Amino acid sequence: MSRRSLTLLKNLARNANGSGFQTRSVTYMPRPGDGAPRAVTLIPGDGIGPLVTNAVEQVMEAMHAPIFFEKYDVHGEMSRVPAEVMESIRKNKVCLKGGLKTPVGGGVSSLNVQLRKELDLFASLVNCFNLPGLPTRHENVDIVVIRENTEGEYAGLEHEVVPGVVESLKVITKFCSERIAKYAFEYAYLNNRKKVTAVHKANIMKLADGLFLESCREVAKKYPSITYNEIIVDNCCMQLVAKPEQFDVMVTPNLYGNLVANTAAGIAGGTGVMPGGNVGADHAVFEQGASAGNVGKDKIVLENKANPVALLLSSAMMLRHLQFPSFADRLETAVKKVIAEGKCRTKDLGGTSTTQEVVDAVIAKLD
Amino acid sequence: MARRSVSMLSRLLANPPSPFTALSRSITYMPRPGDGAPRTVTLIPGDGIGPLVTGAVEQVMEAMHAPVHFERYEVLGHMRKVPEEVIESVKRNKVCLKGGLATPVGGGVSSLNMQLRKELDIFASLVNCINVPGLVTRHENVDIVVIRENTEGEYSGLEHEVVPGVVESLKVITKFCSERIARYAFEYAYLNNRKKVTAVHKANIMKLADGLFLESCREVAKHYPGITYNEIIVDNCCMQLVAKPEQFDVMVTPNLYGNLVANTAAGIAGGTGVMPGGNVGAEHAIFEQGASAGNVGNDKIVEQKKANPVALLLSSAMMLRHLRFPTFADRLETAVKQVIQEGKYRTKDLGGDCTTQEVVDAVIAALE
Repeated sequence: MSRRSLTLLKNLARNANGSGFQTRSVTYMPRPGDGAPRAVTLIPGDGIGPLVTNAVEQVMEAMHAPIFFEKYDVHGEMSRVPAEVMESIRKNKVCLKGGLKTPVGGGVSSLNVQLRKELDLFASLVNCFNLPGLPTRHENVDIVVIRENTEGEYAGLEHEVVPGVVESLKVITKFCSERIAKYAFEYAYLNNRKKVTAVHKANIMKLADGLFLESCREVAKKYPSITYNEIIVDNCCMQLVAKPEQFDVMVTPNLYGNLVANTAAGIAGGTGVMPGGNVGADHAVFEQGASAGNVGKDKIVLENKANPVALLLSSAMMLRHLQFPSFADRLETAVKKVIAEGKCRTKDLGGTSTTQEVVDAVIAKLD
Repeated sequence: MARRSVSMLSRLLANPPSPFTALSRSITYMPRPGDGAPRTVTLIPGDGIGPLVTGAVEQVMEAMHAPVHFERYEVLGHMRKVPEEVIESVKRNKVCLKGGLATPVGGGVSSLNMQLRKELDIFASLVNCINVPGLVTRHENVDIVVIRENTEGEYSGLEHEVVPGVVESLKVITKFCSERIARYAFEYAYLNNRKKVTAVHKANIMKLADGLFLESCREVAKHYPGITYNEIIVDNCCMQLVAKPEQFDVMVTPNLYGNLVANTAAGIAGGTGVMPGGNVGAEHAIFEQGASAGNVGNDKIVEQKKANPVALLLSSAMMLRHLRFPTFADRLETAVKQVIQEGKYRTKDLGGDCTTQEVVDAVIAALE
């Protein structure tokens, strides 16, 4: 009898592992012409950028996705993003990019920030969640950090009052706070999320973060079925590492969002795997979720061992944004299967594979 | 060893693999600002069981707080034509949800269902016939999408009496319509990762008409080398459907064969009461019960209020997806499939004895 139960058990176990990734039948009726290919601006960027964007290009090719990329070379040391690149993004409405290196100090402003400001991409979204098969110290993490992208501490307005004294202006406006709050609640509503938490430091910056909170409270009144609460940013960081399951959607001004997103990404598996994007009223730019300006160390670039997972999952978000949900599902399933199996992982996930090996594994898993 | 298997068993049973756990997986979906704005949808309750099942959809949409609001219009099958204001409304909203409109047999009154499709040039009808988990049928592994040309063919409505006692009915097939339905079918297969498209025809008899249809399909097939294309004669097709349905994937058909094939496929997969479907044109879309959409049920079902709302609920989930509200669509589909799987609330056509309202309440309770 035990021999029979063992075979039965093996069958059950096999089905148990398989059902997590089953492609359920979703009845989706496209409009005529929905299959027409879309052009997407591609900016490989610096450092590991070209490596990981190339990974995306290979996978899109393998899937015969209805996307074709218009590639543009932009490097962090340029003084501004070239006009033709901006033209291209304005025409295509969607862009995929690797990181652009920002020199520390020096007075050269970040091209990543410049792109976001010029296109008014006011919301940055990072989805930090545990990936099946990737063990971390924290379970049940599923946090979406929605971060205001254009003002706050990143206004870039600094001046030296007298030699040795510098003032850096943090700008908070009602207009920008309202629209990021509106976007966060709209996101929660459209994605069946139950709670939105505003992150702030209004006990200290009473006027600036106070204005941000006021705007969030106003918008919260319009969504009575979504729970709204507020948390001070220092307590928030502690709660994130102690009890991350209490957080759902978090809406934050610019700087806190950067820190909270990186922390949340770290506890859920690392910035190498979290997808994300930036969206404005007319355009969207997809890049690695958290720490998107990170271009990696020279050693990773030399050995070609950058983790392509984050950009692959972000390109799945992009496919969904372009209304190609089937392709997005296939890509996400393949990537998650590769991670769950655990055989092909780059160094940040505890393995030793190269970028190309991970890409080949993903392509092999596409159905 | 038996002890080890017992502990494995208890662990497995504690977390049973449910077909629905996959649905609350994290899908990273980044809406555009303003995507949550409510959309208006024209609602035509129709005749017979129509008002009953469209009422079901309205209740569930309300319970989900879906960003949809309905503009309701009374249209009944015995009207001579669909009222102007209704057509205006559909042209304005672009999307319509409707129950069946009764078409009197004979009599010379043309079907209002057809009239709506022709006026708005809704040329493709799509029915997804698939086994629903928990609903036992004689056929397994059915997952067929029937894409049917909706505007010409045998349904042109061109008939005349040549001499008393002799009637001619014209079946019209044009290259234009055949090409566009073929193009839609292959595009659908491409966008939904389907592997095969089968054209259904009777070109051995109607050599020119169905021959033209086949030519158009073959031309379009050349543009999609990654999708297998084959053809099947409609009589053999009906037999194959009931013998080995798993061989079919996407089927593209002219008007009449599509009607028959869709009803057959719906029947083997669980019945016309549960299959979702819709009609789409270049600019508008109408969602209704998948197969047998003109069916308004018999008087007894209407009196006892025992019509099956599942088909229209699943079609409204398709509509939510068409309106770009995928999360609401997912929630609705999950709740409906859970209710069917549990098996406690089923209407007569599925072997149970519930009323429409009981099924609706169960679906609302199952919403997360």
